Amino acid sequence: MAEETPKPEELARVDLKPPKSDWMDPTVEFRKGTWNYTAVPDTQKYLDLPAAPKWAPTDDDWPLPENWQEIILTGMKERLDKYRSFRIFMDICVRCGACADKCHFFIGSGDPKNMPVLRAELLRSVYRHDFTTAGKILGKLAGGRKLTVGVLKEWFYYFFQCTECRRCSVFCPYGIDTAEITMFARELLSLIGLGIEWICTPLSNCFRTGNHLGIQPHGFKDSIEFAVDELEEITGIRVDAPINKKGAEILFVAPSADYFASPHYYTLLGYLALFHEIGLDYTWSTYASEGGNFGLFHSHEMIKRLNAKIYAEAKRLGVKWILGGECGHMWRVMHQYMDTMNGPADFLEVPKSPITGTVFENAASTKMTHICEFTADLLKNEKIKLDPSRNDHWISTFHDSCNPSRALGLLEEPRYCIKRACNNFYEMPENTIREQTFCCGSGAGLGTDENMEMRLRGGLPRANAVKYVHEKHDVNVLLCICAIDKATLPPLLEYWVPGVEVAGVHEMVGNALIMEGATKRTTDLRGQPLKGMEDTEDV
Amino acid sequence: MAIFEHGDIKIEVDEDGFMQEPEQWNEDIAKALATTEGVDDLTEEHWKLVNYLREYYLKFGIAPMIRKLCKETGFPLKKVYELFPSGPAKGACKVAGLAKPTGCV
Repeated sequence: MAEETPKPEELARVDLKPPKSDWMDPTVEFRKGTWNYTAVPDTQKYLDLPAAPKWAPTDDDWPLPENWQEIILTGMKERLDKYRSFRIFMDICVRCGACADKCHFFIGSGDPKNMPVLRAELLRSVYRHDFTTAGKILGKLAGGRKLTVGVLKEWFYYFFQCTECRRCSVFCPYGIDTAEITMFARELLSLIGLGIEWICTPLSNCFRTGNHLGIQPHGFKDSIEFAVDELEEITGIRVDAPINKKGAEILFVAPSADYFASPHYYTLLGYLALFHEIGLDYTWSTYASEGGNFGLFHSHEMIKRLNAKIYAEAKRLGVKWILGGECGHMWRVMHQYMDTMNGPADFLEVPKSPITGTVFENAASTKMTHICEFTADLLKNEKIKLDPSRNDHWISTFHDSCNPSRALGLLEEPRYCIKRACNNFYEMPENTIREQTFCCGSGAGLGTDENMEMRLRGGLPRANAVKYVHEKHDVNVLLCICAIDKATLPPLLEYWVPGVEVAGVHEMVGNALIMEGATKRTTDLRGQPLKGMEDTEDV
Repeated sequence: MAIFEHGDIKIEVDEDGFMQEPEQWNEDIAKALATTEGVDDLTEEHWKLVNYLREYYLKFGIAPMIRKLCKETGFPLKKVYELFPSGPAKGACKVAGLAKPTGCV
């Protein structure tokens, strides 16, 4: 963590006093630690997107095309005509303020423009000025603002301080989807080449190799084979991990970080152990090698372009249905966009567990089921055996990852898996979990080192709830089902709640899974000794 | 694009000091980049890590999994942080001339 990051006691003192200036006068200060590096032009060009020459938000003069206002306003008009939701969200807000204190960035920063209502007003004011009769005539009196460079800078600052988590939307009496407002604002910025590196580089990687990290097929194979070797060392069992296997029953799609980063990797070991134990006829794909879709953080067009590979690969391999791993925002895309953007996938069948015979009717349209649902069904039907004492060194709690909970409605299944796999489980306070879950503060492409102060501020409410169960119940592991969570919660907790690790649900399942023919388990999937076996040598 | 200069070395780097043209990497550049990581002297252990990363990168075009890096060099993650305080991705990869991993990492 950068040395200039303020100390926790300093950061926790949030100043809620609003500034004296009128909110309509655009003011934005790009302070170190609160913004992200801009996109590398080559990555945008690779995607045939407009690209501004390399610049920094702190530059006085931004490299804008001469007719930038015209480009944005035309883009706005096109989108208002195309997406009814956009026009409704621009018109319908009554500024009741129910969302104001629900945003983790507002709670952690005290900046009024991080109240979802006011953040949306930054865009809405331009809508009023140029697209409503009252605004065209009365201007500022009707809440309208002209699109100036100052307004544009505000957009860039604040719409990259929204993680599209949709907690505010849960409380909105009109159900305004703030994530979509942010998506539209970012989409408009991208029309004049303004984007951030942490989104545009994964996008171009994904378009080139099928995954955000840019891992090529032979690299993918190397990582999976390494995991197979390591699982054999832990369990004594050599599992089969088929890649690009034509005619397999199921295509399995996971976030690429699962086969690259830690602690994601231990969840990968969990998947491999589980699939072996139930004899699943499945395949990985080196092309559909990414569950995530950073297009969601960029534009509707990019969502569609990156998502197309999922059904295309399912068709090429001839599978019956698709199973998805522990990925967060992937489920918003799969559940709410994939079917209409790239479907209908009428060549697939409604997902049906080959082990229990359960038909997942809720996925009848998308043909894609979440692994927690799949595993919970296995457990419910007693098709796998778990020894939860193997997780006795963990005292767990569960962080509902934003999109699986709010976009997919997956609330009970992960808990069912955890409670069967772990003897020690405690919930965080009820207004911080399930559909009211607090974001990690680093999603939607904001998980960069340079943005660390804002991430720590945005993650404060989540960390605070973890601190509560850590102090009350000695919780030492925060479980989650999202790869961004697994990457960004460890530094967040290290900062606010040292002593709490982060792990996936299927890591716990893998730890507890009783595998036929396995050697006696002495360590967990991390190589840490099991409780009561502390004398065993750590690898 | 920023330029990093150290002695006779002059290379293009990104905001975090990662090389923009990894194919130009050589041992002198590694030594120069190491100074930006607070490592003034690359020991045998540093080189073991850097060379492993470099070889993997030339073969696969990307850094290895962190778990694989630790296992194949024999350095636990804690040791990697001792060698390169910014860690395997931000520290060791930078010195080895690799690109910065991006995404859910």
